[in-house]
Amino acid sequence: MTHHAAMRHTGQIDTVLNTLGAWALALLWLLPLLYALWSAFHPTEFSTRFDLAAPWTLDNFSQAWAAAPFPRYFLNTFWLVTTILAGQLVLCTLAAYAFARFRFPGRDTVFALVLVQLMVMPDIVLVENYRSLHHLGLAETLSAMALPYMASAFGIFLLRQTFKTVPLELEEAARIEGCGSLGVLWHVYIPLAKPVYLAYALVSVSHHWNNFLWPLVVSNSVETRPLTVGLAVFAGTDQGIDWAIINAATLLSSAPLLLAFLLFQRQFVQSFLRAGIR
Amino acid sequence: MPHRHQAIVGWLLLLPAAVLLAAFTHYPALATLWHSLHSTGKPNRPARFVGLEHYRAMADDPVFWTALTNNAWYAVGTIVPSIALALVMALWVNRQLVGRGWVRLAYFTPTVLPMIAVANIWLFFYTPDYGLLDQVRSLWGGAAHNWLGSPATVLPAIMVVAVWKEAGFFMIFYLAALQQQSPEWREAAALEGCSRWQFFWRITFPLLMPTTLFVLVNAVINAFRLIDHIVVMTRGGPDNASALLLYYIYETGFKYWDAGYAAALTAVLLLVLALAAFLQFGVLERRTHYQ
Amino acid sequence: MKPWTLALGRTVAALAAATAFTLPAAAQHISLYYPVAVGGPVTKIIDGLAADFEKENPGIKVKPVYSGSYQDTITKVLTAAKGGDAPHMAVMLSTDMYTLIDEGVIVPFDEMVKTAEGKAWLQSFYPGFMKNSQTGGKTWGIPFQRSTVVMYWNKDLFKEAGLDPNRPPQNWAELVEFSRKLTRRDAAGNVTTWGVQVPSSGFPYWLFQGFTTQNGVELMNPAGTQTHFDKPEVVEALQYWVDLSRKHQVHPAGVVEWGTTPKDFFERKAAMIWTTTGNLTNIRTNAKFDFGVAMLPAGKQRGTPTGGGNFYVFNKATPAEREAALKFIQWVTSPKRAAEWAIATGYVAVTPAAWDTPEMKKYLADFPAPTVARDQLQHAVAELSTHDNQRVTKALNDGLQAALTGSKTPEQALRDAQREADRILRPYR
Repeated sequence: MTHHAAMRHTGQIDTVLNTLGAWALALLWLLPLLYALWSAFHPTEFSTRFDLAAPWTLDNFSQAWAAAPFPRYFLNTFWLVTTILAGQLVLCTLAAYAFARFRFPGRDTVFALVLVQLMVMPDIVLVENYRSLHHLGLAETLSAMALPYMASAFGIFLLRQTFKTVPLELEEAARIEGCGSLGVLWHVYIPLAKPVYLAYALVSVSHHWNNFLWPLVVSNSVETRPLTVGLAVFAGTDQGIDWAIINAATLLSSAPLLLAFLLFQRQFVQSFLRAGIR
Repeated sequence: MPHRHQAIVGWLLLLPAAVLLAAFTHYPALATLWHSLHSTGKPNRPARFVGLEHYRAMADDPVFWTALTNNAWYAVGTIVPSIALALVMALWVNRQLVGRGWVRLAYFTPTVLPMIAVANIWLFFYTPDYGLLDQVRSLWGGAAHNWLGSPATVLPAIMVVAVWKEAGFFMIFYLAALQQQSPEWREAAALEGCSRWQFFWRITFPLLMPTTLFVLVNAVINAFRLIDHIVVMTRGGPDNASALLLYYIYETGFKYWDAGYAAALTAVLLLVLALAAFLQFGVLERRTHYQ
Repeated sequence: MKPWTLALGRTVAALAAATAFTLPAAAQHISLYYPVAVGGPVTKIIDGLAADFEKENPGIKVKPVYSGSYQDTITKVLTAAKGGDAPHMAVMLSTDMYTLIDEGVIVPFDEMVKTAEGKAWLQSFYPGFMKNSQTGGKTWGIPFQRSTVVMYWNKDLFKEAGLDPNRPPQNWAELVEFSRKLTRRDAAGNVTTWGVQVPSSGFPYWLFQGFTTQNGVELMNPAGTQTHFDKPEVVEALQYWVDLSRKHQVHPAGVVEWGTTPKDFFERKAAMIWTTTGNLTNIRTNAKFDFGVAMLPAGKQRGTPTGGGNFYVFNKATPAEREAALKFIQWVTSPKRAAEWAIATGYVAVTPAAWDTPEMKKYLADFPAPTVARDQLQHAVAELSTHDNQRVTKALNDGLQAALTGSKTPEQALRDAQREADRILRPYR
């Protein structure tokens, strides 16, 4: 065999092996979701028996739906996630703009302090945060669940980085047109940071949709309980575990995010690429 | 813009975020230290200053030391595999593989599922005898094993769940960074006789350092922050073999209602995180090569 | 002020006035936090009970709030109480009594009950259930969803093993003997069915109290200030449990998960299981074979701890609210309602009168299994309950799990647990 032919040959084997490897891992990775689908759509007896002839049923879903106020949980989660995102977008934009383009005494120290939040998330100091909120009289509300996350160090860091890469000429051009500081922010910086905003929004939404510990501590009633806490409270019975119903409930709660991801997978990844988060 | 004007506007822009950060990050951190020096207040016995008593009790507390050691092992056991796997996944998905869209989807799916939900699914996988793992094992003639009920295997079992959850998320960041690297470099290197491995270690990986650093920060935080699966799967057992620091803090604060001791434990956790941050930003930052 | 804000303000005020007129005057609103410890549509049952009560008692509105497991419920209740927002009443573990007293959040029922009927009602419960509900001469909790540990056995597996399917093991020796016959292994020597399974995850102390009571020893004193974890009889009891897996190999090794034990029973992975009588309905629905319910086998004597939840009333409630809460509690523990609740869930009906109601008699004619738990009450002792209860039980739980996984000997494990409990309880003595 010539040198090139040999190289092509090993190249082909290489590709085949890599493809197999990637597929095997992908299958392994999907296993939990596949199991959830299996047990949710089959009766309880077949939760642990993988009999292909088993009957299909929607019973588990109707039981799960009836057993907990899912519509309310959905509403709460949706409200929570939206509020947090809105707060983050506004506060982080303003703060990032300040750090990126303004000079003021103590700027670098304050930025370092902001970065502390990267490590010390509100969950870590939850005992104290709970105490503060209770003193403020906000202990049982959805705002209590959202407030600690609105000033996100990650968001500020990301946006500051992005704003810094915007050429100063653009800002100068806008100022010549008569824009004040906020005008420049609105007309120049924000539009240019769109991919970053999108990527960040996706990360934030999926993170807070699935957040558990802090909402667990703060929510004590159905009015404020989000989906994750609703699920935990639902699945934690002293009586035996019924995987069929629990997985039906799981699929119900994860469906929106899962569907959204399925449909917008491409855009999701693209936005990360364009955001240049490295 | 005049300097003073700039300073005022700058501070005003910063104010809302700064207030919230101070209220929910910096103040609680300081308050934790303060409360850790006081006893827990009860209706008939108000809190009083006790100095380092909680810390002394902590030094004597076998559960604390177990939780700390567990967390250290857990951190190593989740950070390294999840980053390594994320890199491998990204490298695979970056190639022109058949069906790579599906593969990418499969890797990323765990990220959109709440941990509290998947914990129940993994509970099934680990159930002795008829759980999925044991069913597969029995195909090869292996015996049933109580994965979550033996101290030796419970922590690794939990680590697997965490790695499964996180690797796909980190993959996206690596993927984004890899796509910035031009394929021409690889061809040029191949012409010079550079092997695959050499290319990866000498060029690809070093250029990925900023991403690695970023992903590392996330992985470290998650190693200490994510305890949802423990709440459902093991509740810290058996005999604290799967207790992590934050879980112990949650138990102490919201099950035993011992606010003073919980504060002391939190102070230790803060210290650990501070050390981790110092290591990462101080040491590793210097080694990364920014484009 | 801008004209539109003025208009808005006027509209809001008008709406507020309108609603004030449409609300019924002086309706008493009381909230109830309740856990779901049994599966199934319990939320619907509770809502149904609340609705029926409201029909019979217009002027009182009951708002049930489903709050998760027992553990979740006490966490939420105390969190709310510390936030100044306690519910008016809640169903929580009977063993939470000391913790609730120490946190200063509950009211004893003796203060609220003023009439002669009320006092008679306080005396109408099974004494076995009152042991965890009274201290210092006062009644702090009212039994509602109470249980004992019972043993379920698979009659089909008994037949296959050559045992009489209608005769469960009566004592410790028979338990080992029957289990040996019931334990099945496959060709490679791996166990496919265990003879007996006693769960040990989460709260092994409860199951352990079965063994200790049967060995003739109690784990704590009535005042909740002293524990006896390292008494020789207690060590013996733990040794017996450990031996089931180590020596006789009829019981799974390591810590056995509570949540999957009923499933193990359905899947024939265990021929006999120990679990709460509250699982009765679940097992009845899902077991595809003939099964029996029995009292736990006797050691030196029969024995079981009681378990389950009591009603508590919180002192944040005003006198009017307390009265409304008391009315509800008395109503829901009346014989007819108590029977209804027990039939729907599998818990033990809490008063003798409830067992005499026509509904209960009809139910038992068809399915006599629930009487086992009731009859076992005469051998029942109080569930482990002390001050700082969560911490003390955790010390014991850790020790039990250490012994069952083999990391400590039973003696060492219990000695360490006792030392820890002494340290925790010292301030209370």
